[in-house]
Amino acid sequence: MEFGLSEDQKLLQESIGGTLDKISPLERVREAADKGETQAADIAQALAGLGVYGMMVPEAHGGLGLGLLDAALVAEMLGRHVAPAGFIATAVMAPIALAGAGSKAQQEAWLPKLASGEAKAGAAIAEAASGAREGAGVTATGGKLNGKSLFALEAEEADIIIVADKAGGLHLVKGDAKGLTEVKLTSIDLTRGLSELQFDNVEAEPLSSGDAALTLRRMIDAGRVMLAADTLGAGWMMIEKAVEYAGERKQFGRVIGSFQAVKHMCAEMASELEPCRSLIWYAGHAFDTVPEEASLMAAHAKALTSEVGRFVARTATEVHGGMGFTDLLGLHYWFKRIGLNRQMLGSPERVRHEAAALQGWVAAD
Amino acid sequence: MDLTYGPEYEAFRAEVRDFISKNRDKAPKRFGVSRPSEESIAWQKLLIEHGLTARTIPKEYGGYGAEPDILKSRIIAEEFTAAKLPMGLANQGISMLVPTLLELGTEEQKKKWIEPTLKGEVIWCQGYSEPGSGSDLASLQTKATEDGDDFIINGQKIWTSTAHASDMIFCLVRTEPDAKKHEGISYLIFPMTTPGIEVRPLKTMTGHAEFNEVFFTNVRVPKKDIVAGRGQGWYVANATLKHERGMLGDPNQAGTRLKEIVDLMHEETVDGMRLIDHPIYRDRLMQLQARVLAMQFHGLRLLTAASKKEDPGIARLIVKLQGCEINHQLAALAIDVLGEIGVLYGDSPHLRAHGIWQHRYMFDLGLIIGGGTAQIQKNIISERGLGMPREPKPAKA
Repeated sequence: MEFGLSEDQKLLQESIGGTLDKISPLERVREAADKGETQAADIAQALAGLGVYGMMVPEAHGGLGLGLLDAALVAEMLGRHVAPAGFIATAVMAPIALAGAGSKAQQEAWLPKLASGEAKAGAAIAEAASGAREGAGVTATGGKLNGKSLFALEAEEADIIIVADKAGGLHLVKGDAKGLTEVKLTSIDLTRGLSELQFDNVEAEPLSSGDAALTLRRMIDAGRVMLAADTLGAGWMMIEKAVEYAGERKQFGRVIGSFQAVKHMCAEMASELEPCRSLIWYAGHAFDTVPEEASLMAAHAKALTSEVGRFVARTATEVHGGMGFTDLLGLHYWFKRIGLNRQMLGSPERVRHEAAALQGWVAAD
Repeated sequence: MDLTYGPEYEAFRAEVRDFISKNRDKAPKRFGVSRPSEESIAWQKLLIEHGLTARTIPKEYGGYGAEPDILKSRIIAEEFTAAKLPMGLANQGISMLVPTLLELGTEEQKKKWIEPTLKGEVIWCQGYSEPGSGSDLASLQTKATEDGDDFIINGQKIWTSTAHASDMIFCLVRTEPDAKKHEGISYLIFPMTTPGIEVRPLKTMTGHAEFNEVFFTNVRVPKKDIVAGRGQGWYVANATLKHERGMLGDPNQAGTRLKEIVDLMHEETVDGMRLIDHPIYRDRLMQLQARVLAMQFHGLRLLTAASKKEDPGIARLIVKLQGCEINHQLAALAIDVLGEIGVLYGDSPHLRAHGIWQHRYMFDLGLIIGGGTAQIQKNIISERGLGMPREPKPAKA
């Protein structure tokens, strides 16, 4: 019985964290945000060097064949450093889609390139995960896609995009396919790529060699665990920054961190957020080894961490007082990253409803 | 991450199951209200003989004498819970006094007290809090003055659960009035039958007297009945409180209560609609389910750390605060889904489950306050867990 990280997993997390300390400091994040870079080449290259893009790719296709818990450790570090780098779509959801539903030829064509970081993938599955807004949705007829998908992740400059259609089928679309229009969406979080994709008779390869419905389900589950882990990392960084600031800032002749009003805000943040780590670890473990619990645990991890993340983001900002509200400290990059994570792939209310349905607690209409 | 136990532990689990199948008819039906019943005492002796409680207490003091193995303790708990059988006794004597004597008692004290305490023959109460000394326990004022080979004790204790039914008390008293507040306290153990002790029940908001007040008037206690030395009481008490905080906020208890609410929401209806089908009630249930699951996995994480003798740091410090809060919110949800029925109490018609949810809602608020208030927990988390500075002492006027 061992509920915890292996030595290898601790080392993995340390090495990713150490690298991001160097290559993704706040100044670099700020520069990328100002330039509109959501996939900074230098950061992507360093992550590729650490094998990050091959983690979820099977060893037979040049990857490391690791599990979702390992990927969650990386996502946590990316959130901690608000890294302007693709990960959730290109390193987690696309490999799951190809390995789960791709043909041998599709796997051979793309998995090794994704693993090395030579190719990037986006994912357009928001309608399946969160429901359709503004009547969005993609229909597939005769190998052609029509319609639109909102809130595609990491689709900018992607070589391939995994698209879910309205019927739950999965498709592989080339990033430069004819008839595909990508409209960049500007969100609060300038470190992540978000797009609207418009399809006008776009040629697509179906991903239909495995169980596409199950594969789409697993893409969503995995994505939710990654978003939760990203919020965990971003949230803990905000707590650490709040504690540090409160230890330096003086008012009424003493550091504000010695006031119980401030200390208790910090204690509340830590005691709400730390149990999320245990739940995220289990959700990652369940995805890899307890498939019947994977969707429920992913939903709960996403919902709980999103709720706690919102509390931490506002409270840590309040601890910083007026400075937290300014652009000077850059604390808002974390605040906004947590804000984006909450809305993507199912808001807390929506995923809790799914969690209830998974347990048979929602009567059929 | 490996949530299997492996062959050695599964063999141990098989032994526990074997014991349960052979002995389940010996489990007590009546537990006794404030003192264990005859049946409970017999069950306790049987469990000790088989290493299913008092497992790591040395044989010479009446325990089973096994090496500490936290996973085996967990397997025992899992199997007894699954079989719905009562575990070994868990009163303040067993949970708090015994570990303290093992760590700090004299050989004579260990020989005299541990075995009858484990067997449920000697019941203890804890004399710590005073009316003027709650969160600031070290300011306690109950005086013990020297008189030859004895101390003479005068003062008052409060929140003394089971005092009315106890044989003995472990008690903090001020023996060194001139020392600094933390250094003037001693830890004494003495019989509740000693002349000069008066116990008055303390009725709480639940309507029951779960606690007592204890008054000492010229109570004579031999000096030899001290644990560790004079002025060491604060240190001894901290060794004991460490054991108490582990008892509060158990995540598996929250899991059991969550299941009870799930059943309740499937059985009860409003306007003919099952409560589980009510989307707002159900959403509150789902929010709490996530928190309960998180704390259950958190418990496994702490268990692993303990079995590897690693310090889990802040992860451990939050357990009392979070665990008690979640239990309280569970009770609140059960009351809310029941609507007006939720306020019924006592022996009212239409009462559900003997009014247990209102009782828990009130009693669990007591647990948020007791054993270190939520605010004291937040001080501990911020100071020891996050390294934040202590509140400066007010300047003397």
